[in-house]
Amino acid sequence: MELTGAEVIIECLKAEGVDYVFGYPGGAVLHIYDAFYKQDDVQHILVRHEQGATHAADGYARATGKAGVVLVTSGPGATNAVTGIATAYMDSIPMIVITGQVPKHLIGNDAFQEVDSVGITRPIVKHNFLINDVNDIAETFKKAFYVATTGRPGPVVIDIPKDITAEKVAFEYPAEIDMRSYNPTVKGHNGQIKRAVDMIVKAERPMIYSGGGVILGNGSEQLRTFTRSLGYPITQTLMGLGAFPASDPLSLGMLGMHGTYEANMGMHHCDVLIAIGARFDDRVTGALEKFCPEAKIIHIDVDPASISKNVKVDIPIVGEVAPVLDAINAQIGQKGGKAAAEQTNKAALEKWWAQINEWRAQDCLKYDRESEIIKPQFVIEELHKVTNGDAFITSDVGQHQMFAAQYYGFDKPRRWINSGGLGTMGFGLPAAMGVQLAHPDETVACITGESSIQMCIQELSTCKQYGMPLKIINLNNGYMGMVRQWQEFFYEKRYAMSYFDALPDFVALAESFGHVGIKVEKSSDVRPALEEAFKQKDRLVFLDFITDREENVYPMIPAGAGLNEMILV
Amino acid sequence: MVYEEDNSEAVEMKHIISILLENEAGALSRVAGLFSARAYNIESLTVAPTDDPSLSRMTLVTTGTDEIVEQVCKQLNKLVDVVKLVNLTDDVHVERELILIKVKAENEQRDEVKRIVDIFHGHVIDMTNSTYTIEVTGDSEKIDALLKALEGITMLEVVRSGQLGMGRGDKGIV
Repeated sequence: MELTGAEVIIECLKAEGVDYVFGYPGGAVLHIYDAFYKQDDVQHILVRHEQGATHAADGYARATGKAGVVLVTSGPGATNAVTGIATAYMDSIPMIVITGQVPKHLIGNDAFQEVDSVGITRPIVKHNFLINDVNDIAETFKKAFYVATTGRPGPVVIDIPKDITAEKVAFEYPAEIDMRSYNPTVKGHNGQIKRAVDMIVKAERPMIYSGGGVILGNGSEQLRTFTRSLGYPITQTLMGLGAFPASDPLSLGMLGMHGTYEANMGMHHCDVLIAIGARFDDRVTGALEKFCPEAKIIHIDVDPASISKNVKVDIPIVGEVAPVLDAINAQIGQKGGKAAAEQTNKAALEKWWAQINEWRAQDCLKYDRESEIIKPQFVIEELHKVTNGDAFITSDVGQHQMFAAQYYGFDKPRRWINSGGLGTMGFGLPAAMGVQLAHPDETVACITGESSIQMCIQELSTCKQYGMPLKIINLNNGYMGMVRQWQEFFYEKRYAMSYFDALPDFVALAESFGHVGIKVEKSSDVRPALEEAFKQKDRLVFLDFITDREENVYPMIPAGAGLNEMILV
Repeated sequence: MVYEEDNSEAVEMKHIISILLENEAGALSRVAGLFSARAYNIESLTVAPTDDPSLSRMTLVTTGTDEIVEQVCKQLNKLVDVVKLVNLTDDVHVERELILIKVKAENEQRDEVKRIVDIFHGHVIDMTNSTYTIEVTGDSEKIDALLKALEGITMLEVVRSGQLGMGRGDKGIV
């Protein structure tokens, strides 16, 4: 039986096990929407803006590890999706974005709602395709899902001219795909692994620095085994939080610009740095010439281009985190029949931990817990208690994001969902929608601020349509907090354009969308309000916390400084 | 050039890179776009289909420190359309470039230009009463030397193909 191109697309999505597509209709994709109408296998979630669709698919992907799928129309549909595609690209999130295109004979004609979607998205995708023939749809989808989800994952755009979606073809989905130009490395090189193991067990001042790659590569279990068997200190990047439990005494918390004192000092003074699925981002390293001056560096990463990009490493291991750590764990386990901890330099480690504990005693995340004015950090700590530290937390970008990363204490992978690389304000609410759909019975909260939330606030309407019982934690200080903080530190408090003279009444706003709104203005009301909100299992509750207006995120490494040059409170 | 520090690794060198890539629409712009997006230099770039029509072969000349060129090669290899990449500079190889030059050639200059063309083993491939169009192939040093030799002559038009490269020996890139 022959199917239309549009029906073939649906069949491809079914074959890939896609349960949700986030999208917004328009002229160029009407055949595809008609095909959606005629089936029940793949559910379409109608967002209110295409940026919301990409972030929702992204949140879904981060929470599940499966590719998120987006469907948008040509022209403005595609350009509105660009921010979300770039967000996914920077954080290596698997995503398929189907963009409608004008009919083939009009391409290049400046037709209505025509843009060169493949050209516009080229620098922000892992790969993209323009389908020219209805016979190519199935194979292209197979390739797209394969490329998006393997190796270092990333978004893939498929641009489909409208006429092709109406043409008929016999459908057959390829069982396997072989691409001569694309063969990601899975296992690490054995010789390199041996050299790394030697260096690891001999370390006197070791430090494990793990990143988002551990979560993307499902290597959390292996990382726990590795770290605990050796008893080495571990610090995690913003993207890596949760891969190793924050509550474990071996965890030094996050590193980098707003990392803990003990993590950053540990980085600066370590003699062996074990980087796992992390990419030495500028917010992590600080000034490169001052980075880890005494360390030999081992770097495990699936992407060879990440290795020695910013920091020259001594032992590179290209491969997926999980199989490489499995191999390392096995080799340490087999060495002379002794347990891993027996092989390490015990005396040196004892000294190293004593030093780390001295740094820890600085208690760099302390703040005024008795304050009557609501401290943003206090809200996060209370949120942790009310949700038993087990919620899925999405965030927007700014101070609230850093507070969430510092104070929530993630113990499980895929629970902390934020835009780390691109730093996209407006990410949190739509991302939370994707997470909630992926895990309908789990608690999902979006930690945001009054500036970020306004960037995709329209998605409150989507939440109502699909009954998504999100909890929105709005840390409302009236400022673009992080911008204001930089202006305070580096521009002599000239708060240029970082203050809103008019803010909506968020409670009334939430109510107008059919949700529950609660305004909280005193510290003593924080806990009861949170408890009240999380009791409402089937309602979206928007909590508007009026917080300390000029609280800053500490500690902080100013731009151009080394990790040992932090500003403490 | 004077450097503030004596850091031999920071010396910029010319590299000639050969790339086999899928002969598909957009493959060239992926490569070109990568260079502009990551602020790498391209000195020249040539591309055409090979004996296998599904593959194009590109020769790309870039300059950079060893670290930068290593990154360039890794990023190029990461492009899904790139099938194989070889930095020819790492090993012995041959390089050829074609140049076409239209020069003014009148009176006694007609003989002078013809002599230079012969010395460089080139050809005159088009002529008018007042001009010659000449063709010379060679490595880039030879082409540069030719241009220097023609300094006294009025050049009306110059077009260079960019360099092609191939490793010496009995092995090929496949």
